[in-house]
Amino acid sequence: MHRYRFVLFRPLQLVPVLFGISVITFLLVRLIPGDPARILLGTRATPSALANIRTQYGLDEPVWLQYFYFLKNLGAGEMGRSTLYKVDVLKLITTRIEPTLALVGMGVFLALLIAVPFAALSARRQGSLVDHAVRLVSTAGLGFPSFWLGAMLIIFFAVRLEWLPVSGYGETFREKLSHLILPGLTIALSLSAVLTRTLRAAMIAGLASDVATAARARGMPESRVFWRHVVPNALVPTVNLLAVNIGWLIGGTVVVESVFAIAGLGQLMVRGIFTRDYMVVQGVTMTFALATVLINFAADIITVTLDPRIKL
Amino acid sequence: MTRPAHPPLRPRLSLGLRFARRPMLATGLCILGAFVLMAVFAPVVAPYDPILQNGDITLLPPSLAHPFGTDNFGRDLLSRVIWGARIDLQIAVIGVVFPFLIGTVAGTVAGFFGGWVDASLMRLIDVVLAFPFLVLMLSIITILGPGLGSFYIAMALVGWVSYARLIRAQILVLKTQDFAVAAQSLGFSRLRIMFRHLLPNALAGSLVFVMSDAVLVLLNGASISYLGLGVQPPLAEWGVMVFEGQGFLNQAWWITLFPGLAIVVLAFGFSLTGDALADLLGVKE
Repeated sequence: MHRYRFVLFRPLQLVPVLFGISVITFLLVRLIPGDPARILLGTRATPSALANIRTQYGLDEPVWLQYFYFLKNLGAGEMGRSTLYKVDVLKLITTRIEPTLALVGMGVFLALLIAVPFAALSARRQGSLVDHAVRLVSTAGLGFPSFWLGAMLIIFFAVRLEWLPVSGYGETFREKLSHLILPGLTIALSLSAVLTRTLRAAMIAGLASDVATAARARGMPESRVFWRHVVPNALVPTVNLLAVNIGWLIGGTVVVESVFAIAGLGQLMVRGIFTRDYMVVQGVTMTFALATVLINFAADIITVTLDPRIKL
Repeated sequence: MTRPAHPPLRPRLSLGLRFARRPMLATGLCILGAFVLMAVFAPVVAPYDPILQNGDITLLPPSLAHPFGTDNFGRDLLSRVIWGARIDLQIAVIGVVFPFLIGTVAGTVAGFFGGWVDASLMRLIDVVLAFPFLVLMLSIITILGPGLGSFYIAMALVGWVSYARLIRAQILVLKTQDFAVAAQSLGFSRLRIMFRHLLPNALAGSLVFVMSDAVLVLLNGASISYLGLGVQPPLAEWGVMVFEGQGFLNQAWWITLFPGLAIVVLAFGFSLTGDALADLLGVKE
């Protein structure tokens, strides 16, 4: 079990990062010019409400003490009140987190579904016309703006063919699933461009590896060598790549949620920026940063589990 | 692949022939060149005014008079796409230059001095990387207010970390090599060793990264403008144009299609040039 010792120690290394995240999100609202109490409560706040928030966040105290109050409130599960929705931001985030998680999950699932076969096709016939085509398309795919791709998918699959809903999220599981396909595909097409390139390189390395040569020497058929030995090994760097790209993936959901009018965290944030609902922007930013850190930590554990040679 | 230790001398090829041997580089540079020309000569090339509205010709599908059609304000979309090249190329260039400069200097200094300078810079980079890129940019734009200027500032504040990490890793290796030690024993100043001896040898990787970064910056700038937080209408910017088409997806697909295609083609030009440069300079991805 000593391989997993890092599970105990790695969280300690995260402490400075978490400290940094809290400082930046704290500064986010304090750096906006003007009276912070008015900024947090909006222009129509009553004098008593203004006085209340000044004491709760210690707004008349020096900045380092304000940061302490900020942490104290956070510890009590209070991220502040949304001026638009009139509820605590934490509550708002918990009700909005599901569509975003579902969208990321759907995006990653569809991306693997697209990338693995194409990378396999490309790697097994390296230098062929198919290989060149896959490489060209995945290079071009890196430059597809998600907001445009989403709109194109809507025009084709929702408006022309009327197969899938144009926008929204739905209530039941079936409704949600059908609403998630196009936004999920939007994310998947961009993501698979990145995945295909890496998977292809990993598979080509795998095909030339000693493991594959040994398997061939034992008389194993080439397709079995590929699917049993090469593909599983190529998936290890893919897990890492997904973790490295999680920040980019979250950025993608922010845009895609706006395209498809999905009431998730990204849409909450964008709307918060427009309505000057700064507590909401602060809360969502912190949630996204924490998610990024946690997912990278989880990816470390998965990588070690998948590949016994790796030690962290 | 193994190369002979001394490649045979070859006669210098003409420029055309050298390009023909590198079709990726040639195609990439041609695309980039075409967009630069389009941006510079927009007033000459564009058949109509990009902003002037005309109520008589709204939502016309593509035709000979209007190859890309017209939008809901009766503006010619081809002209708007051509003028958009000015803003979107500017986004890609300015959005890359400042992060490149800041990151290069920070990475060089951190890698050269090491110790607490390096350690604190690396911790700062860890924190910046903990935030999703676009989310951190949106947060900064929240503070500064919407607009292209805010986008450039946000880009500089967030984008430098990639360059700093690339350069730092190179400098760490280079500073132990003989030529660097020799420069030190000759008594050259630290500034001179850092920027005259080490940095030029460390730049290849960053120059390749500039091209793939330009793609990301272009997509980010267009995305933020699409969300309404960057370039503001009625200016012709491709992300803004896609947003303007959003309300007409069921009746006028051309408003959305063409500006997006412009982004795709320009980004493809950057990607091809980047891949070819990586090949040329022997940089591994």
